[in-house]
Amino acid sequence: MLTVVYAVVVLGLVAAVFGFILAYASKVFAVKVDEREEAIASILPGANCGGCGYAGCGAYAAAIAAGKAPTNACAAGGNSVAAKIAEIMGTESSDISIRNVAFVKCAGGDNTQRKFDYLGLKDCLSASRVGGTGPLACPSGCLGYGSCVAACPFGHISVKNGVAVVDHENCVGCMACADACPKHLIVKVPYEADINISCSSKEKGAALRKYCNIGCLGCHICEKTCQHDAIHVIDNLAVIDHSKCTSCGECVAKCPRHLIHDARLNTEGETPQSAD
Amino acid sequence: MLTNILSISLGAILIENFIFSQFLGICPFMGVSKKMDTAMGMGLAVTFVMGVASMFTWLVNEFLLIPFEIEYMQTVAYILVIAALVQFVEMFLKKSIPSLYQALGIYLPLITTNCAVLGVAVLNTQNGYNFIESVVYGVTGGLGFTLAILLFASVRERTEFAEYPKPFEGFPIALVSAGLIALAFMGFTGLKIW
Repeated sequence: MLTVVYAVVVLGLVAAVFGFILAYASKVFAVKVDEREEAIASILPGANCGGCGYAGCGAYAAAIAAGKAPTNACAAGGNSVAAKIAEIMGTESSDISIRNVAFVKCAGGDNTQRKFDYLGLKDCLSASRVGGTGPLACPSGCLGYGSCVAACPFGHISVKNGVAVVDHENCVGCMACADACPKHLIVKVPYEADINISCSSKEKGAALRKYCNIGCLGCHICEKTCQHDAIHVIDNLAVIDHSKCTSCGECVAKCPRHLIHDARLNTEGETPQSAD
Repeated sequence: MLTNILSISLGAILIENFIFSQFLGICPFMGVSKKMDTAMGMGLAVTFVMGVASMFTWLVNEFLLIPFEIEYMQTVAYILVIAALVQFVEMFLKKSIPSLYQALGIYLPLITTNCAVLGVAVLNTQNGYNFIESVVYGVTGGLGFTLAILLFASVRERTEFAEYPKPFEGFPIALVSAGLIALAFMGFTGLKIW
């Protein structure tokens, strides 16, 4: 009988001691959470894309609540989310100023010859380390193993015909894909910029012609065609100045390699519409 | 004394690894092994809890259970100690290392019911270890757990990219690779130097 009493008393006392210690600890280690922070975090898309420049939606919410971040930095959420956040913070709502999207500066893929058959991990970084620059004959071409596809939190980038393609309409511009690309082919362009150059090769035209059917030869035809001084060939590669480009589409039609990409065209080979 | 501690450590880490030889603590082992960094965090949290739990359960056993002759309450008393400890660790992490707290998620409170932690306490008593030996066994057992979960996480990170038949996707391939690593750990059985 006595052992039962001992058991109850001893264990009860031990439990009580632990209970007091935990109660005290919960005061010492209490974490203060700003109510606004939780409210903002519940509004944000929760994809943790990092497009706002913070580690994730939670970090961005904390920064807004602390007054350290603007309310309109979430490109993925768009203007409606920015307005709701501004409402919570009690500040004036402001639209997201410039919408940026990602663009893959390569259209090679199946148009480019391969140095060897790569059978390793289906991952661009691994592939790019084999044979110096990877299996592709072009040292700056898209490998097409889809590391950017895996990195995109929204599923707005895909590999078509061996080359990554961004969904221009739906891309939120978080640039998570750009960090995943070992060739650094993915750049941030303004959403309004319809015309982009789908090539990153600075190789001379004669050499490039041997392994890629689509890459930029640096032939200057686009430069001569452009009436707005927006396109220039620098180091054998056409470079477009989005501040001058009017999206007229003349260079798209004239390019002998058809590598100037017009976001308004969904299928290749279609005649570009004039934007007047 | 030193050789004794060395043999306990070697036994806990390699020969009688908690995961691969005694099959204790499989739940977090399968659950938190998808990424190396969270696996590392889990391993260290379990190591800490196992070490401190060994210390406190030895004290409770020696100074409460044995003097009052209530050793039959061992399991209840140990679970009480472990639950309180895990609660404490959880509060501490939430305050000090919120990123680790979020990464561990549901598996942190699950350390409470982790049989590796209760296992180390019970084994300490069964093997009749003294205070220092208990703590050493707890910490090195936790290090063995960390080694196991890190090895397994690195294998799983690679199987993400590997090509294997569709029906094996997800947990089946994880269980198969866990089994293969366990087989490899059987090789340490002959490693009894002291």
